[in-house]
Amino acid sequence: MSSYEPSRNETQHPSVLCLVETDDGTVIEASLRALSFARSLAQSSQARLIAALVGEIPEITASSLGSFGVDEAYAVTSTQLSPYAPVAWAQALRQLLVTCGATTLLAAGSDRGNEVMAHVGALTSEPMAANCFGATRIDDETVRLSRQRWAGSLIEDSLLRSTTALMTVAFDGVSSQRAEHATTTKISAFAPNLDESDGRTHVARWTGRSAGISLADARVVVGGGRGVGSADGFAALDELAELLGGAVGVSRAVTSLGWRPHNQQVGQTGTRIAPDLYLVSGISGATQHLAGCQSAKRVVAINTDPDAPIISRADYAVIGDLNQIIPALAAAIRERNSLTS
Amino acid sequence: MNVLVCIKRVAMVGARIVVTPDGQEIDTKQLGFTVSPHEECAVEEAVRIVERLGGTVSVLTLGPSEASEQLRDAAAIGATHLVHLKTDGREFDPIATAQAIVEVVHQLEAVSGTYDLILFGNEAPDTGDYQVGIRVAHSLDRPCVTGVKNLEVAETSARARREFRGGDELFELDLPCVLTVKEGINLPRYPSLPGRMRAKKAVIEEFEPVWQASLVVKEGLRVPNVTRERAEILGTGVDAVPALLALLEQIGVLS
Repeated sequence: MSSYEPSRNETQHPSVLCLVETDDGTVIEASLRALSFARSLAQSSQARLIAALVGEIPEITASSLGSFGVDEAYAVTSTQLSPYAPVAWAQALRQLLVTCGATTLLAAGSDRGNEVMAHVGALTSEPMAANCFGATRIDDETVRLSRQRWAGSLIEDSLLRSTTALMTVAFDGVSSQRAEHATTTKISAFAPNLDESDGRTHVARWTGRSAGISLADARVVVGGGRGVGSADGFAALDELAELLGGAVGVSRAVTSLGWRPHNQQVGQTGTRIAPDLYLVSGISGATQHLAGCQSAKRVVAINTDPDAPIISRADYAVIGDLNQIIPALAAAIRERNSLTS
Repeated sequence: MNVLVCIKRVAMVGARIVVTPDGQEIDTKQLGFTVSPHEECAVEEAVRIVERLGGTVSVLTLGPSEASEQLRDAAAIGATHLVHLKTDGREFDPIATAQAIVEVVHQLEAVSGTYDLILFGNEAPDTGDYQVGIRVAHSLDRPCVTGVKNLEVAETSARARREFRGGDELFELDLPCVLTVKEGINLPRYPSLPGRMRAKKAVIEEFEPVWQASLVVKEGLRVPNVTRERAEILGTGVDAVPALLALLEQIGVLS
């Protein structure tokens, strides 16, 4: 693979451009993973790594870009870009791509990243490969890639044939790794040429986070499935989640039955979780569900069936009835807490 | 109000996907077929809108002959027009799929007027491309919002909400527009018996879409290696609680 030699002249090195999303000035984890992926692709093709951020780039953001090996970053500013407008973001990226002579454009496989990149694909009539976790440049028009199908339960190996490779980076399957040697990122401003129609579809109002621990960010998730038996049965899981400072997550069966709201669903069509501990009970482990908990660091499963698929995906298991074990565990934690306090 | 919903027939995969020996497809011999939860919700949403405002619900699919089953399932909960872009079973990539849909939309709209709303699921569960709805919107020059989980539709406009980092984004759109929806926007109804009877007799309008080679050339499919060894069994029943407690202590999740 390392035999690839870029055919461009010395003055214009090929480059890999990566959209970086921030939240209050902090680069989001999904974008750090996308940058790590972008850096390894850039290194394999002797390309420069360039980041695109919408808005100004504060010092602290620049230094975190440097620690991920970003050679150059563009602060992309226009009145059409804020509030968020997907077509305007895509137009801006398309123009920046030309300006910096990049042959690859990447973004995180986040809701926003996938949306913006699909718009870039539509604007340029180029293919866009979503949720990639491996890529090597073969020649000027070909990237060999591995991407997720079925939310990660299946892998597709493909050749992406395009002079401009458009890809998003799978959250599960790529880790965020700082560069071996931090770089000093050169910051430039970029003002795209956008008109009002590009910003026509935009966020009209943003309502901030609701109180409490969100499922996506919870360090501990207590999961329950059809095996919980009823809507009332979740009281014990709620209590355990509270004791552990975590959130309750449920299977699709549970939301379809109307036992719990959809925003608590973990899975391919629900929320993707990445807790330190996923304590999951009464869930057999269908692909739909497993797709949502691939990034859990540790999985502890409670199930009556020792042959349930969830057991083979767990690190630890308890065989038995969750409706006895969960309350007993909650009682044991309460007792421990009363002794230690 | 005329609403078009685009759906895709996909296999109902169980706990583990099996790939055919040539590595090109998933083995569906033992599997049933369905549409994604997002798309079930898209059909339900369309039916609710038309129940309130009047109009028609058309449902379109691109897929093999058997995909007519999924169209009839949609008819059973209230779709009034069924449209089948019949393929020979070859996979259409997102660009080919969007082009085929746009061509048929042009033909259908020439006869019965513009679709005020075109709905998709947020992404197809099998290929997970996240882009067909957006490509269709660009070709038709209509606004598009993805991932919609709450929708209010009036005669000429729509308010679409979606989740974003634990909060809520609101978009205000003029009709016609294209929206991709996520499960959770509603709880789909079960088909009634009369609905099922009606669906059996529903007429399906058929088209022949043009296949084109993808620029994402599939070399093969494979099932990921799950590196986890079989779980360590901590015990059985409530007797395992002390071991569970010790494990939680060790992980550091107890305060």
